[in-house]
Amino acid sequence: MAIIEVRQATKVFGPDPDSILRLLDEGWSKERIYREKHHTVGVNNVSFAVEPGEIFVIMGLSGSGKSTLVRMLNRLIEPTRGSIYVHGEDIVKMNKESLLRVRRKQIGMVFQKFALFPHRTVAENVEYGLEVQGVAKAERRAKALDALRLVGLADWANSMPSQLSGGMQQRVGLARALANDPDILLMDEAFSALDPLIRKEMQDELLELQEKMKKTIIFITHDLDEALRIGDRIALMKDGSVVQIGTPEEVMMNPANEYVERFVEDVDLSKVLTASSVMRRPETIGLDRGPRVALQLMRESGISNLFVVDRGRKLVGVITAEDASAAVREGRSLEDIVIRDVPVVTHDRLLYQLFDICSSARHPVAVVDDNERLIGVIVRGAVLGALAGHPVQAEEVRVDVS
Amino acid sequence: MFPKLPLDRWVEAFVDALESGLAPLFNFISFCVEGVVNGIADLFHWIPALVFIVLAAALAYFLGKWKFALFTAVGLLLIDNLGYWDHTVDTLALVLTAALISVVVGVPLGVWCAQSDKVRGALTPLLDFMQTMPAFVYLIPAVTFFGLGVVPGVIASVIFAVPPTIRLTNLGIRQVPGDLVEAADAFGSTRNQKLFKLQIPLAMPSIMAGINQTIMLSLSMVVIASMIGAQGIGADVYGAVTQIKTGQGFEAGLAIVVLAIVLDRMTQNMVKRKRRGSNG
Repeated sequence: MAIIEVRQATKVFGPDPDSILRLLDEGWSKERIYREKHHTVGVNNVSFAVEPGEIFVIMGLSGSGKSTLVRMLNRLIEPTRGSIYVHGEDIVKMNKESLLRVRRKQIGMVFQKFALFPHRTVAENVEYGLEVQGVAKAERRAKALDALRLVGLADWANSMPSQLSGGMQQRVGLARALANDPDILLMDEAFSALDPLIRKEMQDELLELQEKMKKTIIFITHDLDEALRIGDRIALMKDGSVVQIGTPEEVMMNPANEYVERFVEDVDLSKVLTASSVMRRPETIGLDRGPRVALQLMRESGISNLFVVDRGRKLVGVITAEDASAAVREGRSLEDIVIRDVPVVTHDRLLYQLFDICSSARHPVAVVDDNERLIGVIVRGAVLGALAGHPVQAEEVRVDVS
Repeated sequence: MFPKLPLDRWVEAFVDALESGLAPLFNFISFCVEGVVNGIADLFHWIPALVFIVLAAALAYFLGKWKFALFTAVGLLLIDNLGYWDHTVDTLALVLTAALISVVVGVPLGVWCAQSDKVRGALTPLLDFMQTMPAFVYLIPAVTFFGLGVVPGVIASVIFAVPPTIRLTNLGIRQVPGDLVEAADAFGSTRNQKLFKLQIPLAMPSIMAGINQTIMLSLSMVVIASMIGAQGIGADVYGAVTQIKTGQGFEAGLAIVVLAIVLDRMTQNMVKRKRRGSNG
């Protein structure tokens, strides 16, 4: 079940937001409402669901409504209309006490400009969320130190935030959000204020932490590279609406519209696309079959080699048409001619990591899943084709057998 | 032409009504204020002048530098030498009482202003009115409600001096950066937790600046307050003016100046100490 579900959430800023809802329903655009009614539509009829353990990135340029949207998830901003379910409870309908409980126990937040309390030490900042819950001093200090240890700043517990660099301050911000042990982390442009090298380091660290913690993370960013790097799924926003939701690859390969297309056109595809996006369906044969069958199969599908798998579809090796016809003449079995030294990659390998393997391989590269089962092959040219923007079509890479 | 509006009679009727209707309240306030002023004055009188001066210089040293401590000691010794010590202490009691009441009334009002735009909208013109209306005018209803003596002097001083505390408390809390307030909210603070753990600590320099202004303004009221019978150094100045005694006027005026400088530096240094403290 989804841990967060947003249903048709809308936020209108201005003196009479309810009257604007009707205009939105009639199809008025954000600009027209701003021009004629002087109301700002922050978020317009957005729906999505986030699964537990997912890093869900909300991406858009400034003014696209992403910050407003994330603030509605813990009701720092009240939605004008719509429902927001956290663990199945609609927080829009919650009373004050329940909302405080959700904010204290279930949702942690990390801010763009760190938002550390300047009059409190690092440890006092981290234990703030526990302090407002009334956790005893010794216990909350211990938890704060645990959280600081997670981000590698335990030695700085008694420093003031102003003595720390930007990257360190944001680690404190992250530790503060983690100290309450919430299931959900809201990260509002959390790394945008950091310089590029530190930003990348923090992204890696977040991914590493996420491996251990399995939180549900809602990550806001205006940086597509960042979104593609850390997002399990990405929601692209424009003018308060969600334009597309999908995995990084789906967004790259099938932009929902021109806006998304423009957004993604400058991206280094080789760092986004994975092996599974350029592979094609493998033609396979069992090891117990004869070379004649193999040759027949190759002829039918117009290819010059076949991958050999066992009964569990685990990869055994590859046979070439040449070897197969020799085997037919000499009466040998597939066992004798199978080449076991085949280049293999896992399905989630990024394209830029495939360049070397593909260029030096004499046979198509085998793609296997996490259980070492063969799920696809990558023929030479497919990688370059994908980078040039041509999705792989099996027909294009067929080779005739003479 | 319209006939003249009988504004004067309206105000008088209003004040009369207040006086007859709220007499017990005014008596109670009068009783409390008098108790505080006399308590402070008695305490200060009980301490020998030299001990008091040493204590004041020590506090000055603790808050500031040795130069300020030296100034405090020399200044207060001068007042003692000129023979104005007892009156200065009376004035100090009046000023501190007025400042105390201003803080007790002003800080919560300032907080309320910061939390509600409606309250701020209602209070701002009232504060403008309180500050621009000539201070003498407050003396008249103050005497009506509280009689002659130190109490109406304190009340008039409070009315004149409380606006800066309210304004700067409001300003200080509103100037707490929005993302910090958001962070406090996001971690599930109640309104009071947010106020006491975040907003007031961060607004403290601004609040202290307001209190400093309030003390200075109530000090500026002491001469006026003496016109309705408040004892102290103000009465000496007022007496010198009515009898055209230039020398006595200068001496008493100088005592007020010394007192003003000492109080001003002390409260300002409290703000600075706070700042230094918050930076580690």
